[in-house]
Amino acid sequence: MNGIIKGRAFVYGANIDTDQIYPGGYLDLTDPELVARHAMERVDPDFAKEVKPGDMIVAGANFGCGSSREHAAVTLKASGIAAVLAESFARIFYRNAINLGLPLLVCPGIAKLVKRGDMLSVDLTEGKVIDQTTGASVTAQPLSAYVMAILGNGGVKPMIRKQRGLLEEE
Amino acid sequence: MHALEKILARAAGREEVITGEIVNCAVDLAGINDLYLQTLRSFAEMGGRKVHDPQKVVMFLDHFAPASTITQADNQKQFREFCWEQGIDLLMDINEGVCHQILADKRLVRPGMLVVVTDSHTTTHGAFGAFGTGVGATDLAIILITGQLWFRVPEVIRIHLEGTIGKGVFAKDIILKVIGTLGADYGVYRAVEFTGPVLDRLGVSERMTLCNMTTEMGAKTAYIQPDPVTFEFLEDKLELDSPVLTTDPGYRYAAVHTFDVTGLKPQVAAPHSVDNVSDIAEYLGRPINQAFLGTCTGGRVEDLAVAARILKGRRINPRTRFVVVPASKGVFLEAMAKGYIQTLVEAGATFVTPSCAACLGTHQGILAPGETCITASSRNFPGRMGHAEAEIFVASPASVAAAALEGKIADPVQYLV
Ligand code: SF4
Repeated sequence: MNGIIKGRAFVYGANIDTDQIYPGGYLDLTDPELVARHAMERVDPDFAKEVKPGDMIVAGANFGCGSSREHAAVTLKASGIAAVLAESFARIFYRNAINLGLPLLVCPGIAKLVKRGDMLSVDLTEGKVIDQTTGASVTAQPLSAYVMAILGNGGVKPMIRKQRGLLEEE
Repeated sequence: MHALEKILARAAGREEVITGEIVNCAVDLAGINDLYLQTLRSFAEMGGRKVHDPQKVVMFLDHFAPASTITQADNQKQFREFCWEQGIDLLMDINEGVCHQILADKRLVRPGMLVVVTDSHTTTHGAFGAFGTGVGATDLAIILITGQLWFRVPEVIRIHLEGTIGKGVFAKDIILKVIGTLGADYGVYRAVEFTGPVLDRLGVSERMTLCNMTTEMGAKTAYIQPDPVTFEFLEDKLELDSPVLTTDPGYRYAAVHTFDVTGLKPQVAAPHSVDNVSDIAEYLGRPINQAFLGTCTGGRVEDLAVAARILKGRRINPRTRFVVVPASKGVFLEAMAKGYIQTLVEAGATFVTPSCAACLGTHQGILAPGETCITASSRNFPGRMGHAEAEIFVASPASVAAAALEGKIADPVQYLV
């Protein structure tokens, strides 16, 4: 997971729970494209229409709290979201997103700095976030080596496949 | 080390683990529920063919029990077929109830186990001295393939409960008070242990409610040190096979909070956040369209018992619906034998088969825009039980029954003295 991503910011408050990110009523869907249509429906009904590949979500504390539904990470990833930057994340959502290869960065103070529609550029390796619209910048907390390894492999599925491939060769 | 750390150390095949480190652990029991067809997808996508140890896997068809759409029916069909193919004998079909209650009823969780379910309320099993934690579908698929998963060894917060519980006040009120005081994100990434003399007066059912609700403060897991109450519950069905782990003297908790429950009044979490907690007195008289009693948080025999006590020989308010869902087949049978079902149906309750039902807003009692519900379940996020403009108050089973009776939020204490 090298390089710099650029995209617009969608900004939300604290404690955005998984029912708001992906309502329980659609949990029987599994096709990522269908799942993506309901992204953020309960907090921002226009989100799914407006989001473009490369855009990012900026939020307050405890983003992704509530249920363990992987749909919450799938819906954001499939809708084109390139990273989520928040004050903090709920732990199951964190695992789910990283497993899918969707970078999550803990960025203290970010929710107050960025406004909806600002252009962000994020250096994932350095953890540097720049709001190009206002010139403000924030440094994200570094990711653990294990999480970096998962993201570097493009998610846990390719990583496990690779590990098992290696094991099988031994 | 904390007892929880010893559980992880044992599961990792190590003498010791250190707070904050990431360890790979063998999982003792892995559960999948029917919201997570992605588990089977991820299993296939990672090249899984045979489940590592089918005896350690439980499949629950509980969230959509029984199926109300063709997609749900098809998902459940795929789960059943997977179990038959893979030799997973612990298939809990739609007649069994909610995952966490089934695990308790069947005594499948014992002290010292590492239990992982695709459900956030897996913290419930701290009531049995187990390390229970929720994960998503792909993490669970990794367990199916390898038998293992990585965990970060969590800091532990200790919540010490002192004082005397008043009449009409229950574990649900205590934990709502704790969450209201500490906040919905206070426990994120950390474990919560309950200690103190109040636990001596709480049965397994109420301890499950305490541990279950720690999820609403973001906790990774919960813990209550097994004691005679735990053993009495477990030993009527099986013999304990491993020594019970205890926390070393001198273990340093990340934080210790003492709550004196003396004088605590019934609590309520008002819309739309579980930490928006106050005395129920603040909302007395608020009209209620639906009172909901059930779920892995508030659908146990004791919960139906207190509702039956309040409603015995009375009728619910004609403008209120009272939806009751026993948490499991076991709960249903016991409540039937004790006459609670008869009492509640006579009082006007609408019964739903043991399952998650309307708890997650998919079926069997969901809310219209502008309606108000009081629930014994765990969450009041916008839209959790139906329309996003419905209002949900989270309270104890007694408060739910009192509201059904009066058609408005009411203090249950008057019916319990
Ligand atoms: S009863 Fe509610 S909280 Fe419990 S497992 Fe089912 S949906 Fe989740």
